[in-house]
Amino acid sequence: MIRTFFPRANQIFLIMFFAMGLAACDINAVPRYDEETKAAWSEVLNQYQRRADLVPNLVETVAGFARQEKETLTAVVEARSKATQMQLPPDILNDPEAFRQFQQNQAALGGALARLMVVVEKYPELKSNQNFLSLQSQLEGTENRITVARRDYILSVQKYNTELRTIPGRWVAGVLYPEAEVKQTFDIAEQAKEAPKVKF
Amino acid sequence: MARYIRDWRSAAPVICAVALFLCAIHSVAGQPAIAAEPKFPQLTGRVVDGAALLTPPVRERITGWLAEFERASKRQLVVVTINDLQGYPIEDFGYRLGRAWGIGEKDKNTGVILLVAPKEREVRIEVGYGLEGELTDAISRAIIEQDILPAFRNGDYEQGIINGTAAILKALGWEGDTPGVTRVLPGDAQELPPIPLVILIILFVIFRFGRGGFIGGRHGRGVWGSRSRGGGFSGRGGSFGGGGASGRW
Repeated sequence: MIRTFFPRANQIFLIMFFAMGLAACDINAVPRYDEETKAAWSEVLNQYQRRADLVPNLVETVAGFARQEKETLTAVVEARSKATQMQLPPDILNDPEAFRQFQQNQAALGGALARLMVVVEKYPELKSNQNFLSLQSQLEGTENRITVARRDYILSVQKYNTELRTIPGRWVAGVLYPEAEVKQTFDIAEQAKEAPKVKF
Repeated sequence: MARYIRDWRSAAPVICAVALFLCAIHSVAGQPAIAAEPKFPQLTGRVVDGAALLTPPVRERITGWLAEFERASKRQLVVVTINDLQGYPIEDFGYRLGRAWGIGEKDKNTGVILLVAPKEREVRIEVGYGLEGELTDAISRAIIEQDILPAFRNGDYEQGIINGTAAILKALGWEGDTPGVTRVLPGDAQELPPIPLVILIILFVIFRFGRGGFIGGRHGRGVWGSRSRGGGFSGRGGSFGGGGASGRW
């Protein structure tokens, strides 16, 4: 009687331990981190969009005082349309080429804006214009928010990718989330290029 | 058959132990290293005057406003002066400090920090996510340019901080009594310190004397350490995303 029960008792014992082990492994870590990276990415997009929305107003205000800076202004407008017209594929976070393209476009817009803000230094009237001052502080604030959002995204992807690539997260993902893929992240060098300090 | 059972019985715990061990390692070592954080001062109250720019009466007065402001609106404003930004840009330092302290209500993120770094000659108004619509970048900038920097340029940090704090409170719609634009003279602040401070002092005295001995380090220190947060003041879990404005003088 006892003997017939023993194997089963052991199996139950084993399964229980296995379940505990799995629980300790946190089988939900992969989807949870995945959601975190998605939220962080939305914030990045949100802040880039906010910057793009500032541009028309800013260009118009500057043009009112500094028509001769046509070249710089045109560069900003072009960079903006390039950045906003890019169709983002839904899987951009797993698509190195699209991700690189996105990053390049945004960096170009950031660079063009930085140049514009240097050029306006020559126009004291513009610099004392209330509307311009307000736009300038909004641009500064937005660049700053972009930096923060990117950093948050980088950290969340780091966490997610580490979970996917280390044991036992790797095994868990292999069994339960075979579709999970390592995500793209910003590289710091590009970031430094992209967000020049626009400060006066 | 008996042999089979014995093998299972000895193998199962081993297998489980290995699995659990791996998981334990994972939970200890598997956390990705977070990039270096600056060293933050302790949140010792609503006014953390690390660079010693404020006289005690002014500090008390401002603390009083800020406490009243939180009672009225549930929002938190903290005034911080700091000796050293440790090489970080003030924008970077500011939002990380706000997150580390968790200023503002959790989920609503209604915190603001007025950060002054006299050594770097930089000032920043750091605005939590939830207040970015009210205390916009442009308004923050205007407060810095019009209320704070003129006084700072004259070397009058105290006045600049008073003006700035009052202006921020006003921008956030607080109708309380902030005679901020007039100088608060040292003799001016003779009102009773806020109640939490009184309780704090009483507690401190009780513990110090109750445990026998003035200096008696261990217990006294522990109590002091945990209670010295400006009468139980602490952040409430708010977060920051880089809103606000900075200025240099």
